[in-house]
Order: sequence, then structure tokens, then C-alpha cells
Amino acid sequence: MSNTPVSPPTQLGLAPSPSASGSTTRQTIAASTQGVMLRSVMKKYGSTVALEGINLDVPAGSYCCLLGPSGCGKTSTLRIIAGHEEATSGDVMIGDRRVNDLSPAKRSTAMVFQNYALFPHKTVWQNVEFGLKMRGVNERERKPRVDEMLDILGLSKFASRKPSMLSGGQQQRVALARALATRPQVLLLDEPLSALDESLRVKTRGELRKLQRQFGMTFIQVTHAQDEAFSLADQIVVMDHGHIDQIGMPQEIFNAPASRFVARFMGDNNIFVGQVTSVAADGDARLIQIEADGLGTFLCRGQAADVGTTAACCIRADRMQVTPLSSAFDPTQPNQVAARVVSVEFTGYVTRVSLVIEATGQEMLYKVSTHGWMTQPLNEQQLVCLQWSTDDCIFLSH
Amino acid sequence: MIAPMRKRPLSFYFLAVFFGLFVLFLYGPMFAIFILSLQGPDGALTFPVRSFGFHWIASLFFQQQRIGDFGAAFQRSLLLGFIVMAVTVVVALMAGLAFRQKFKGSSFIFYLTISSLIVPSVLISLGIGIAFNLIGVQTNWYSSALGGHLTWTLPFAFLIMLGVFNRFNLSYEEAARDLGASEFQAFQHIILPLIAPALIGVALFGFTLSYDEFTRTSLISGARNTLPLEIFGMTTNVTSPALYALGTVTTVFSFSIIAIAFLAYGFFAKRQQP
Repeated sequence: MSNTPVSPPTQLGLAPSPSASGSTTRQTIAASTQGVMLRSVMKKYGSTVALEGINLDVPAGSYCCLLGPSGCGKTSTLRIIAGHEEATSGDVMIGDRRVNDLSPAKRSTAMVFQNYALFPHKTVWQNVEFGLKMRGVNERERKPRVDEMLDILGLSKFASRKPSMLSGGQQQRVALARALATRPQVLLLDEPLSALDESLRVKTRGELRKLQRQFGMTFIQVTHAQDEAFSLADQIVVMDHGHIDQIGMPQEIFNAPASRFVARFMGDNNIFVGQVTSVAADGDARLIQIEADGLGTFLCRGQAADVGTTAACCIRADRMQVTPLSSAFDPTQPNQVAARVVSVEFTGYVTRVSLVIEATGQEMLYKVSTHGWMTQPLNEQQLVCLQWSTDDCIFLSH
Repeated sequence: MIAPMRKRPLSFYFLAVFFGLFVLFLYGPMFAIFILSLQGPDGALTFPVRSFGFHWIASLFFQQQRIGDFGAAFQRSLLLGFIVMAVTVVVALMAGLAFRQKFKGSSFIFYLTISSLIVPSVLISLGIGIAFNLIGVQTNWYSSALGGHLTWTLPFAFLIMLGVFNRFNLSYEEAARDLGASEFQAFQHIILPLIAPALIGVALFGFTLSYDEFTRTSLISGARNTLPLEIFGMTTNVTSPALYALGTVTTVFSFSIIAIAFLAYGFFAKRQQP
């Protein structure tokens, strides 16, 4: 795969242009857009449950990312919306139509496949034309629509090339052009960036977001990379083992993971598991105290918890204060632990410090800006005290 | 060359001689027949060649009564070859499409089909002959022999198509359906063009297997012979280089069929790749 794009991003024509063509484009391509709604959608393969009755609302015109590790059910969800797989039970709604029994072509959706699935024996132009031809659009009408799509995606000069003669990024744009040419109301993208290398992925990510804003169309994208979901989505749906663990805006998911799985999957969270020892009213929320053997006590805020149950809390790697361990350290105080520095890793702006709590062997991660680290460096093998405030400690109910 | 050539190991020369002998063994007999067919009227069945000429090749076309019913046998074999080819391509393609999904009894059908390749050809011929006898139907080149040829070509073609569809990316079809193509349109516009080169290979294979098939045809061709049977019959009663002329003409024909197939293959492969 070559990663040498022929045209620089400024020539892609994705930015809303001040001329009149920008607004007509938007009208002709996305005449209308629809939201997507899943109600108790279940999918079984034989006796294996791939989706255990999920509910999801994707508002019209929003960018939704289905995020999770492989095998979590995100691709099955997308394929059920597209109509390439049938839900075992439940309802799939696009707008106010129930589409369970409709073929993929009749659902007003279009899909961008993981490896693009561009037809190798057809030119770029013929690939983009294919959907219109199959839908019986006559030849006179097809030509301007294909030309327009190629123009919007900056592919006009590659029209007569075969897909194999294009770079990965260009192939990706052909796949987008082919899907958008049918004027879908919902665009479904299956890991659209996974076949691209790192630098191109970041650039293309920006183009996808611009394209979605320009068309005002509902995009639903499957991804396993949190940074991709964070930068693209209005709404992130975190999935695990066939169910939805959390739905929220990127900031919500990042700042307030709802479960141990989400906290772990987002990375850079230190998670402590223990018993709930007290629950006290604290304004609208509850002040919850968790005690973990050998680690101490943790205070955090949450909605509800029962004393005596197992629960967890997490603290983000960059929300802690680290000081050399002194004789003033009082292990009975909440939200602090003593740990030993294992290794220090310089990664640029950020320095990552790996630590271990010697009493239990639990590993911890501390991230600090390299600038901050330089003013107060610590040595490997040094014993330190990690502290954080109750506001930064997040309660995880499951 | 600027860099001095590395000295070749002894094994290179040994293997080169071996390969040379192999090629000689492969094509030598054919060239012997080719040379012996280009003789004048005084030519004989063995070397040395007495005079050069096209007398015996011409005799094939103008003096049929002397060398048996060559023309009619050739026509029969040609027609039979094309029928076998057509049936093989269509059935193998459909079987290949069907076997993309596992279905109940699929492995049983698979082994049942393949086992026809293992059974000795003569037994298959004998079996078909007996079966026709039993139901009281005359064996004939277009019925019993056609069936006999298909027991040979279909399993081969089926195996080839399994390999082709094994490597076929299912997402092309899914993309076609996503874009509004019906099952048939997806087949017509996407699957068929992509597997066309393989289908030409299957067609060529089916034709050549049928065209030179001897054993399976030997007991069931009925009253009128196919070309290989006719040639075999001639070896016992034709005593002139006309026999060699026949070999030359049919070989030239076979090579032209292969050339046509390669041209077609090139055409489709070029359309597929840039």
C-alpha cells in the first residue's frame, strides 16, 4: 500500500466552500437524513449469543461510533443495521420505518466495507456508477451524479483508473464516493481507517468528520480505537461481550467511565476493587467509601451503592499527585496509596511512570507532562505517595 | 555482466541433462510423427524419410476411403468435446457456487463426486455399458460416451471451482447487494467477470480431457467411433504415413484450441487487472 496521496488535503473540496456549489452539493446528496433506532436487538449464531438484546438511539445527522474490542458485537450491530445480517429478534428502525425485512438496498443505508471491497475489474468511475446503475438511474442522469461525487472527494483525475492503481487513502475515498453516490440517509462505516497507516489515518479522520458535517448525514462507524472514536463521534457506544456498556459523548466516556470494562478499555485508568463500607448522602449524589484489602480506603461519588457489595473506583493516570514517601504518610487517610517507581518512560509531551503497590503487587500508571516531571523528577525504585481528590475518583458500579 | 558469474555447482549440469532428456522424451515422439507425415507418395511408416511433400496430409481430406472414416470421427469428437465443455463449465460453476456454504450432506456429495476419479476408467466404461444394456438402450457417442466423459471432466472441474471460490472475497458480493444489485445482477456484473479467467481454464480442461479420452469411451461409444478410437483402429489396418498425417493434423488442431483459450484468458485477465 502506498501512502503517497497525489492531492493535498486542501484540494479535496471537503471544506464547506463559500461559493454556491457548497450548498447545492449538500442538498443534492443528502436530501434527507434519518436516525437509527435499535430495540431489543438480539443475534444468535447457533447457540452463541452475539448480541444480547441491545437498545440504541442514533439521532439523525449525528456521528456515532460503536467502540469495543474484537468480538464485542459492534460489527454484527452494524451489519444488522445494513441488512447484511438478520437480527434473531428485536426491531431495527431507520427513521420511523421498521426495516428488519427489507433488503440492504431498500434501507436507504450505504456501507463502506472494512477493506473497501472495491470491484477490481471496474474503474473508479464504474465503481461509483455501479449503485446508480443497479437502481435503474438512467445513463443521462448517472453521469453528472458520478462526476459530482468524484469531484467532491477529489477523485476526478483518477476516474479511469482501476482501484489497484490507487493508494490506500485514495481507495478509501473511492469507497466513500461509491457509498455516498446512492444518496443514502445513513452511512455505515466498518473500520474505515484500519487499513491505513498511522499518519494517513489521522488525516483521513479529519476528512471523514468534515464530510459528515458537510452532508449533515447520520454516520455510524465501527472502530476499536478510542482516539478515533473520541475525535470523530458525537456519541460513543462502548460495547463488550454483546451488550452496550456505556453510551455517551466522548468527554463523558473519557471523564466518567461507567464500568470497570470501560475504564480499562479507555486506558490510563488505575482501578481499585473492594467492598463498599459506607454510603452517605452528598447533595444529589452519594458519597461512597470503598475499602480494598492492603490498599486502603477510597472515597468517591456515585449514584447508588449498597454497603457490603463489591464495587470499584478508578483514578485517571494524570489526576494524581506524587510525592516522595515520608514519615508523615498516614495509611488510614482515604484516596492515597504508597507505591514503588518501577520504570520511567519519556514519550514526548508526556512522561509515563510505572509503579507497583508492594503490599498487593497491583501495578499503577502515572502520567505527567514532561515539563512538570523535569521540575520534580523521581528515581526508579524510589518509594512514593500517590494522592488524589474525591472529585477525581470515579465510582464504577460494575 | 560486470560481476563475474558464480561457478555453477555440479548438480546444475546433472539436472540440466535430466531436464533435457525429459523434454526429448515428451516431444521427441511427436516430432518423429510430424516429420514422417511430411512425405511424398513414396513415403513409408519408418525412417528414413524418402522425400518431402504434403501428399499424406492432402490424402486425409481427399481420399477418405483409404484411411477409414477420419472426417466423421473428427467431427464427432469435436462436437462431443464442445458439449462436454459446455456441460462441465455450467455444472461446475453452479456446484462451486453451491459449495460456498456448508449444507447438510455437502461433504458426502463432495466425496461421492471425487471418488469417480479413483475408480479405474475401464470399470466405469464397462459399468455404463452394462447399465445401458440392462435398460435396453443402444450405446452411442452422444449418450453413453457423453456420460462417460462427464464422469471424468466434472470432478476435475468441480475441484478447480472449489479452489476458485475459496479465494473469492465475499465482500464484493455484499458490496454489490448493498449498492442495490439483485442476486443475479451481482452474479452477472461482479462474480462472473472476476472468475471468467478460471472458467476459461475449466472449459479448456473439459474440452481437452474429452477430445483425447480413450479408456472411458472404449466400451460405450456405440457403432460410431470417436477420433481416439478411430485412430487406434487405424494403427492395426492402415499401413501408410496417412496415419502420421492424421496425428499431425489433430495435434495442430489441439494447439490452436490452446492458443485460442490463452488469448481469451489474456483478454479477461487484462480486463480484470490494470
